[in-house]
Amino acid sequence: MLNIIRYTFYDLLRSRWSIFYMLFFMLTSTALLFLSNDLSSAIISLMNILLILAPLVGTIFGVIFYYNSSDFTELLLAHPLKRSTIFLGQLYGLCISLSLSLVLGLGIPFLFYGLLYSDAIFDFLILLVDGVVLTFIFVGLAYIIALKNDNKVKGFGYALLMWLIFAILYDGMLLVIMMQFQDYPLDTFSLVSTVLNPIDLSRILILLKLDISALLGYTGALYQKFFGTVVGISISFTLLAIWSLLPSGLVLRIATSKDF
Amino acid sequence: MTIFITSLCVQAQITVCTTCTISSIQQGIDLATAYDTVFVEEGVYFEYNIAIGKPLTILGENGAIIDGQKQGTILKVQTTNATISGLTLRHVGLSHTEEYAAVHVSNTKHFTLNRLTVEDAFFGFLIEGSSKGRITNNKLSGESEMEFYSGNGIHAWKSKELVITENEIRNLRDGIYLEFVDNSEVVNNLSENNIRYGLHFMFSNNNAYSNNTFTKNGAGVAVMFSKFIEMKDNHFLNNWGTASFGLLLKEIYDAEITGNTFDENTVAIAVEGSSRITYQHNKLSANGWGVKMSGGCYSNKFLSNAFSNNSFDVSFNSRLNDNEFTGNYWSTYSGYDLNKDGIGDVPHRPVKLFSYVVNKTPESIVLLRSFFVDLINFTENVAPVFTPVDLIDNSPLMRVPS
Amino acid sequence: MIEFKNIKKKFGQLEVLKGIDFEVPQGKVTAVLGPNGSGKTTLIKSLLGMVFPDSGSIHLDNYRLNGKAEYRNNIGYLPQIARFPENLTARELLKMVSSVRASNNNAGELIERFKLDEYLDKKLQHLSGGTRQKINIVMALMFDADYLILDEPTTGLDPIALRILKQLIAEQKEAGKTILVTSHILNFVEEVADEVVFLLEGHIHYQGSIEKLTSTTNTEGLESAIARLMEDQHA
Ligand SMILES: Nc1ncnc2c1ncn2[C@@H]1O[C@H](COP(=O)(O)OP(=O)(O)OP(=O)(O)O)[C@@H](O)[C@H]1O
Ligand SMILES: [Mg+2]
Repeated sequence: MLNIIRYTFYDLLRSRWSIFYMLFFMLTSTALLFLSNDLSSAIISLMNILLILAPLVGTIFGVIFYYNSSDFTELLLAHPLKRSTIFLGQLYGLCISLSLSLVLGLGIPFLFYGLLYSDAIFDFLILLVDGVVLTFIFVGLAYIIALKNDNKVKGFGYALLMWLIFAILYDGMLLVIMMQFQDYPLDTFSLVSTVLNPIDLSRILILLKLDISALLGYTGALYQKFFGTVVGISISFTLLAIWSLLPSGLVLRIATSKDF
Repeated sequence: MTIFITSLCVQAQITVCTTCTISSIQQGIDLATAYDTVFVEEGVYFEYNIAIGKPLTILGENGAIIDGQKQGTILKVQTTNATISGLTLRHVGLSHTEEYAAVHVSNTKHFTLNRLTVEDAFFGFLIEGSSKGRITNNKLSGESEMEFYSGNGIHAWKSKELVITENEIRNLRDGIYLEFVDNSEVVNNLSENNIRYGLHFMFSNNNAYSNNTFTKNGAGVAVMFSKFIEMKDNHFLNNWGTASFGLLLKEIYDAEITGNTFDENTVAIAVEGSSRITYQHNKLSANGWGVKMSGGCYSNKFLSNAFSNNSFDVSFNSRLNDNEFTGNYWSTYSGYDLNKDGIGDVPHRPVKLFSYVVNKTPESIVLLRSFFVDLINFTENVAPVFTPVDLIDNSPLMRVPS
Repeated sequence: MIEFKNIKKKFGQLEVLKGIDFEVPQGKVTAVLGPNGSGKTTLIKSLLGMVFPDSGSIHLDNYRLNGKAEYRNNIGYLPQIARFPENLTARELLKMVSSVRASNNNAGELIERFKLDEYLDKKLQHLSGGTRQKINIVMALMFDADYLILDEPTTGLDPIALRILKQLIAEQKEAGKTILVTSHILNFVEEVADEVVFLLEGHIHYQGSIEKLTSTTNTEGLESAIARLMEDQHA
C-alpha cells in the first residue's frame, strides 16, 4: 500500500496541482493576515473559505484523479495486489497530498506571523484538523461517485451536486425548516441535523472555540449541555472520526465488487 | 491646622488582645473615649453585634480575626468619623429575614472601611442613609451558590458621596449594589464570580465608575433607571451564559461610556430603552453580541469604537433607527481605502440579517458562519429589506483606533 | 492447469457468458476464438480477477480463485487495450510495475529483442501504437510467470515485431509455460496454437486441436473451419 501511496503522491506532485493548491492557500492566508493584521480575524475569514474550499477541491480532485488514474488502476489490477491496496493506496495518496498542501499552505504564513506565540494556536489547529478531515471525507465521497459512474461527465456532475448539497443547500433547507416551525421545540432537530453534515460538524468545532459566548446565549437545555460542557466537543469529534472513515469504507466495498 | 487639632486632642490607644485584661473588642470600645484608637492584636475574637457608638479608629493587627459564629452582624457603626481597618471578619450570620453584614453602617457620615477582609459574608458591608464614606482596599468573599442564600458584597442604600476603590469582591450575589446612591465613585475594583451582577446601580444618579474589572459574573454591570452615569476604562470579561452580558443598560439616560474593554461576553452591551448615551473608544472583542439594542433607543452615539471578531456586532430589533454610528472599526468590514486616509471608502452596515433570524428562531444559532448564512447576509447587505437602511457607518476605520 | 467451471456472467441485461466449461491444458498454447463481443476478454478478465463471474468457479493448479491476489504472481497478462499512466516514461512504468511484483524480471532482454531502448525515456503518451504494444508485451513476459494470458497480442505490430512475438511464444512454450491467447488473425493462431476454443453466444462450440477441427468440419484451413462452425450455429 505504501508503494501505491508514494506513487500517487509523486504523481500529483509532478502534475503540479498540489503545488498550486498549496500556493493558493499561502497567498490567501498571507493576504488575510496582512489585511486583518490580527490572527483571530484571519482565522475566522479562513474558516469561511476553508469550509467551502476544502470540500470543493477534495471533490473535484477526487473525481478527476479517479478518472485520470483509471489506466493505472487497471494496469495494477492484473498484478498481485489486493484491490483494497490499490484503491485505498490511491485514495490516501491523494488525500495526503491535498492535506499536506493545505497544512503547509496555511501553516507556513501563520508560523511566520507568530502563531506559536499566540493564544490563537488552538483555534488554528482545529482549523487544520477540520481542513484535513474534510479533505479525506470529500475525496472519499467523490471516489464513490466516480466508481459508480463510468461516464465521466455524469460522475463530475453528481460529484459537484453532492458538494453543493453538503456545502450550501443543506444549511439553506435547515434554516427554512427552522423558521417554518419556529413555534415547535427545535433543539434536538437542529442539533442532530447539524452534526450529520460533515461541513456543519467541522464548523461547529470551530464555533465551539470562537463563538462559544454566542452559542451559550440560547436558553435551550440541550444547547446548554451540548455547547457548555465537554459533551459537544466529544460528540463532534467522535462523529467526525466516523465520518472520515465512512467514505473509505464504502470505497472499499464498491471497489472490491466492481468489474473492470 | 490639622497638626494643631491633633496636638490639642490627646489621643489614647487602647489595646485589646485575647490574653489581656481587655480581651473583647466591645470592651475596648466601651472603655475608649472619642477619637481614641482601639488596637486589636492578633487572635480570634468570638463576638458579634459589636456597636461603635462614638468616633473611633479600630485598628487590627495582622491576624486579628473577629468570628461572628454565624450569629448576626459583626460590627455596627452608629457614629460619625468611625474608621475600621486591618481586621478579618468571618462567619457573618445567615438569615432569610434579617440582613446580617460584616459591617453595618447606618445614618452617619465620614466613615472609613479600610484593609478589611471579609470571609464567608452574607452581606459584606451594608451602608444605609450615610454619606462621605470611604471603602477602600478591602477583600470580600462569600460562598454563594444560590442567589436566595446570599447577600451583596458592598450594599449601599440611600447614601451619597461614597468612594469605593481598590476592593476585591468574589462569590457574592451582587459584588457592589447601589440603590438611591448619588455622587459616588467606584474605582479600581475587581468583582468576579458573583452570581448576579458585578456592579449594580438602581435609581442612582450622577455616579462614575472607572478602571474596574468585572469578570465571570452572572452578568458584569447592570445600570438601571439611573441618569448621568460615567463609565470609563473598565474591563468586562467572560460574563457568559444565558441572558448574560458585560453591561446592561435599562432605562437610563445621558450616560458616557468611554474606553471600556469587553472581551468574550455573551452580550457585551445589552441596551433596553436607553437614550442619549455616548459610546466612545470602547473595544468589543470576541463577544457573542457586541451591542444588542431593544425597546426604544434614541439619540445614542457610537464613535471610534472597535468591534472585533464578535459573532454579531450590532443587533437591533426595530426597522427604525435614530442612533449614530460613525468612525468605528469593524473587523467584518470588507471595503477598501483607496485614498489611504485610514477611513474605508464604502459605508459599513453592522447589522446582519442573520441576527434577526436568530432573534426569531434562536435555535438557528447553530448555522452561524455557515456559507448559506453568509450568503443571505450578503444579499441583505446589498439590498436591505429587514435591517434599518440608515443604520450605517459612513466612515468605518481600516484599523483598530489606538 | 487452468479450469473454468460453469462460468456465467451478465452485464446488466446482456448475458455474455452462459456457462463456460473448459480446461486449458498444461504446457500448451491455447487460442480462444470468437467474434467481436463474444466474451473472450470477459473470460480472461475473470481469470485475472478483474471481472467477477456471477456463478461458477475458476481453478489454477487446483487453487480455487477466491478474491485473494497472490495467485497473480503466476500470471503474466497482456491486456487487449494497453492503458498506461500516460505521463510516465516507459522506463518509469516498467520500474513501477516491477516494484509491485515479488519476482525478479528479465525486462532488459526483452527490450533488446524489440529494440525499445531509444523509446524508454519518452512519455508513454507520445509512443506509437505498435511501440506501446511492444511495451505491453514486455510487461507481460518480463516476470517469467508460469501462465501467460495474451489478449490480442498482435495488435499494431509490424512484421518484424510479429516474428519476434511468435519466436517468444515458441520459446515460452519450450520453457514449459501454459499460454492462453486470443486473436482474430487466424494465420497467427494456426502458427502458434496447439488447441483452439471457439466461443459463440456465451457457449463453447468447439475445443480441441486445429487438425481435429478441420477434419470434423471437413474444411481446409482454420478460416473456413471457423466459417463453417458459425454457419452451423445459424442453421
Ligand atoms: N464492464 C463492462 N460493462 C458492461 N458491458 C461489458 C463490460 N465488459 C464487457 N462488456 C460487454 O460484454 C460483451 C463481451 O465483451 P468482451 O470484451 O468480452 O468481448 P470480446 O470477445 O473480447 O470482443 P473483441 O473480439 O472485440 O475483443 C460486449 O458486448 C461488451 O460490450
Ligand atoms: Mg476482447
